[in-house]
Amino acid sequence: MNPAKIIKNGIINENPTFVQVIGMCPTLAVTSSAENGIGMGLSTTAVLICSNFVISLIRKIVPDSVRIPCYVVVIASFVTLVQMLLKAYVPALDKSLGVYIPLIVVNCLILARAEAYASKNNPVSSLFDGIGMGLGFTLALTVLGTVREFLGNGSVFGFAILPENCKTLLMILPPGAFITLAFLMVLVNLIKNKKQEVAK
Amino acid sequence: MSLFVTLMAAIFVNNFIFSKFLGICPFLGVSKKVETAAGMGVAVIFVIALASAATWLVYNFILVKLGLEYLYNIAFILIIASLVQFVEMFIKKSSPSLYQALGVYLPLITTNCAVLGVTVTNMESGYNFITSLVNGVGAAVGFALAIVLFAGVRERIEKAPIPKAFQGFPIALITAGLMSIAFLGFSGML
Repeated sequence: MNPAKIIKNGIINENPTFVQVIGMCPTLAVTSSAENGIGMGLSTTAVLICSNFVISLIRKIVPDSVRIPCYVVVIASFVTLVQMLLKAYVPALDKSLGVYIPLIVVNCLILARAEAYASKNNPVSSLFDGIGMGLGFTLALTVLGTVREFLGNGSVFGFAILPENCKTLLMILPPGAFITLAFLMVLVNLIKNKKQEVAK
Repeated sequence: MSLFVTLMAAIFVNNFIFSKFLGICPFLGVSKKVETAAGMGVAVIFVIALASAATWLVYNFILVKLGLEYLYNIAFILIIASLVQFVEMFIKKSSPSLYQALGVYLPLITTNCAVLGVTVTNMESGYNFITSLVNGVGAAVGFALAIVLFAGVRERIEKAPIPKAFQGFPIALITAGLMSIAFLGFSGML
């Protein structure tokens, strides 16, 4: 497969959030604003690209029976690196993402890609798979964050849009995360159903 | 008294599922039946209690002593993974019936972010050994409570006529959202 196809596959056809429904914890937890969504998405993408590449490089050396612990150590090392970089260069983002940065280690998306893709394909396609899946994840988080920030805080990326009395606080509280994601998924389903009908 | 407050806060106010979003994957994945949900809940309580104790000991007696605090993430995930493996072997040997009941859910717990989440929170809040343990057990009980309640609701939803676009995950997420609103009510409790 060529790189463009692999990337498109990650962003649209197999979007991690809307199609595969994996990596839900950070998706729901940090998307109270668009900025947090993008920050979390890009951090995860960085880890995913690096871990996919390295895991693909070592896929023939690692014995099958201990592969999961090996993958986890590779992922955890990159997460630690990303965490240190965020602490040093964007401390505000590091603070608002908090405990969810170390938790990228257990984001099922990363281990799932390692197991399903990087351990079976060459390093270059694995790299592109990381980029595609990462961007798909970032896109989903940003959309979710934007919708929630708009409804709950009346702003988009920090710019106030709605008047002060039009805010729905519930949307940036935990329940808002579940409900917004549910309705975004319904929207995706509706579009999918429509396409199928047209195809028929 | 303060331990009691920690316990209650961990179970209800800072409920892992509904306010911190930790452990959502098993929460959505194994909540189709009350029995399996209860099995998962028990397994998580067991592993989190052990993991809270083990990571506290390793962090304070090994990592801090050697000045390697920045390796905590790698150390914790390895501890959890080996702990889960060990628990699995131990239960298999000592109580085959419990193993039968928990069987499939045990290995899944390694990637349950609730476990790593508890241990990292304990470490960052600087809790002592007992408080870490209480906070861990509280969080795990909160998880078990949430997943069992949710499974109960989901069993009934299965039989309801749901619009096509809402079937599957969307309706589950909306249910979780409504339960989360109910849990918000606890925030005034303490």
